[in-house]
Amino acid sequence: MKSSHGTGYGIYLAVFAALLVLTGATVAVSYLDLGVMNVAVALLIASLKASLVALFFMHLKFENKLVWAFALVPIFFLVLIVGGTISDTLYR
Amino acid sequence: MAETTADGAAIPLNGNGRSKGYLEEKGFWSWALTLDHKRIGVLYLLTTLLFFLVGGIFGLLIRIKLMYPGQEIFSHHVYNVIFTLHGSIMIFLFIIPAIPSGLGNFFIPLLIGARDVAFPRLNLASYWIFVAGILIMLASLLRPMDTGWTFYTPYSAKTAADVTLLSFGIFLIGMSSILTGLNFIVTIHKLRAPGMDWHRLPLFIWGMYSTSIIQVVATPVVGVTFLLLAMERLFGIGFFDPAKGGDPLLFQHFFWFYSHPVVYVMILPAMGIISEVVPVFSRKPIFGYKAIAYSSLAIAFIGFFVWGHHMFVSGMSKTASIIFSFLTFFVAVPTAVKVFNWIATLYKGSITFESPMLYALTFIFLFTFGGLTGMFLGALATNVHVHDTYFVVAHFHYTMMGGTVVGFLAGLHYWFPKMTGRMLNEKLARLGWLLTFIGFNVTFLTQFFLGYKGMPRRWAEYPAQFQDLNIVSTVGSWILGAGILIMVVNFIRGYYAGEPAPANPWKSLTLEWQAASPPSTENFEKIPVVTDWPYGYAKRKPEGNE
Amino acid sequence: MAAEGSGHAHMDPAQAYDAAKLGIWTFLATEVLLFGGLFTAYIVFRLKFPEMFRIDHAHLNRLMGATNTVVLICSSLTVALGIAAIRKGKQGLLRLYLALTILLAAVFLGIKYVEWNEKFAHGLFPDTDVFFSLYFVMTGLHGLHVLGGMLVLGGVLALAWRGKFSERYYTPVEVSGLYWHFVDLVWIYLFPLFYLIG
Repeated sequence: MKSSHGTGYGIYLAVFAALLVLTGATVAVSYLDLGVMNVAVALLIASLKASLVALFFMHLKFENKLVWAFALVPIFFLVLIVGGTISDTLYR
Repeated sequence: MAETTADGAAIPLNGNGRSKGYLEEKGFWSWALTLDHKRIGVLYLLTTLLFFLVGGIFGLLIRIKLMYPGQEIFSHHVYNVIFTLHGSIMIFLFIIPAIPSGLGNFFIPLLIGARDVAFPRLNLASYWIFVAGILIMLASLLRPMDTGWTFYTPYSAKTAADVTLLSFGIFLIGMSSILTGLNFIVTIHKLRAPGMDWHRLPLFIWGMYSTSIIQVVATPVVGVTFLLLAMERLFGIGFFDPAKGGDPLLFQHFFWFYSHPVVYVMILPAMGIISEVVPVFSRKPIFGYKAIAYSSLAIAFIGFFVWGHHMFVSGMSKTASIIFSFLTFFVAVPTAVKVFNWIATLYKGSITFESPMLYALTFIFLFTFGGLTGMFLGALATNVHVHDTYFVVAHFHYTMMGGTVVGFLAGLHYWFPKMTGRMLNEKLARLGWLLTFIGFNVTFLTQFFLGYKGMPRRWAEYPAQFQDLNIVSTVGSWILGAGILIMVVNFIRGYYAGEPAPANPWKSLTLEWQAASPPSTENFEKIPVVTDWPYGYAKRKPEGNE
Repeated sequence: MAAEGSGHAHMDPAQAYDAAKLGIWTFLATEVLLFGGLFTAYIVFRLKFPEMFRIDHAHLNRLMGATNTVVLICSSLTVALGIAAIRKGKQGLLRLYLALTILLAAVFLGIKYVEWNEKFAHGLFPDTDVFFSLYFVMTGLHGLHVLGGMLVLGGVLALAWRGKFSERYYTPVEVSGLYWHFVDLVWIYLFPLFYLIG
């Protein structure tokens, strides 16, 4: 009845460890001067961390297509509002 | 005549021999703490109808002032307050919640064969959050807002009006809207009766589903916008203040990211009602069911891409202006699909003109008219000339009033027997409709002419050459007011003294008519099993469990 | 949104569970757009004032920010472990993990309080400039969500204390857990955007 996919403590601890490592990495990289790449790397690592939280802690990996749609649709609109706004502010 | 449920079980009757169903239980707390979606719907309907009348009075006041420029009926500041209140009340307290939270709450579970919405307590909470927002808004009237309903910065950040309190009020009202949309989305996904596939859903449900998506995605943005406005006033943050490096246009982007899609929150439920009424009163299946269903989703989706068309003269970049203008034209396509399909449904139908159908036909006419005038506004070149003139005012009154309000009234007339167990007086209904129709067109058609001749909106005074048409428009508003008044009298009279209504006076095939008029608290004795779509007119008669 | 047994007599348990899950994901969608407006403002102003952002962000305490990031990640772990526990019917462990989560949330807010006071002491306020307006508004709104989460989790803990949950029914735990992970998610982006990017 419930979606029991047997996610035990193991996976959670592994994800936790990965999140700590990534946090350390992003802090470490922030001390280096990579110019514009600093932003890219920081956002990339953040997105990796976010994906881990979403896929495993929030169980997205084991959810059906409907839940995936609910999770992804708002991101589309987020991109839309950012894109539409900076199509103005960037090109004034 | 004893009332029975669809499978023959007798409905318990009260002392008068008539079942009062969900209306049976009396007492303040039985209403204040109700978990019944029908009662919550009624609470919303009564609240929004009240504010429709209040907002209408402000509208009449605007028209009186504009009849005689130069006359000090009231000051310019008071005029600014009045048109701000007219807009804000009509939009936030009436037109956004009326169909979704009113008729939607009442009828969505009935139409899909459910006993209630997915989260009944959340539903109740959303109503009281709505009320809390209203009260806070009313409290702000001690220093009433004079910014126009769009609250543009920098003025809204600096005016003496109590914008902070108002912002919190609107935030709460938005929260209510979000929770309603959330409830409906989950309800439609999870509570459909057995056999009710997506392609057997009534078109009102498709409209409400699309509406709910918009509510959930767009409203948070306006919520954060008002929060930021309040913080600008309270803590001096400067996102929208040029003196602090901010950008007033950022406010407009955030505001319109919500406020454009919200016009589709207003129209999609009304279009859903039209899609229900037209087949019933043409005794013909709806033409192009899937096209109408998917066009609702398309309108909701495309509606998010066009908000910049409110900002063409604001100083927005040319790049953005061109993109937004180009995209604006696309939203007309799914809209036109609907209009075409309604007309195709009428073609060779056995049409009768009971009051719901009168309003539905009026919707098709007036909304199409208003929508077409949107082309002039969406086109960059013409927009520059008619922006902030009465052309815009006329356009949105044709779409919002000639569209949504007329659709809402069609729904009220159509579903009145189901909600109250009584029939309206048809003669009075038709008189009310006639005066409303005439009054509306006299009031607002003239405003298209005023607009393209150059009369600005939101001005208390104007050059003498515009006076004649303004007088005509004001007289129109009185005819319109009379029509609405007659209609309200008919509702009140109908509730207390109308003819007892049968379960299915219009012989409709949708599920709500399988419940009694009015429905019992549980809606259905047994959850119906659905075997066909609800528009098979002329092929089958509406009887028994569908 | 915290679906419970009563008030849902019209849904069977499986339906109620699915409905609750869809409900919370819908709510999280609204939160994405709520914070989304602020992230939009961040992007707009970062593009407009790159120097201001470069200079101002140095005023932020990277160590405290990183610590808070770790604190929230730990709290996400504890709430996930709590759900894993109640899936196996372990009520005692659930209560422990919920309590730990709330404690970690309090630590987060405590560190935030210290941080903010530090800023105020240095004359840095929400109206100092656009960077600090964004910083205080975004971390402030996030902090309010942390507080709200603490209250919700507190309510769930109270229910857990009264033995309301089992391996057959733990919907409110899962629903509030999902909310809590989202709060962590927002911070995962806030941290680099304010503390790390020069």
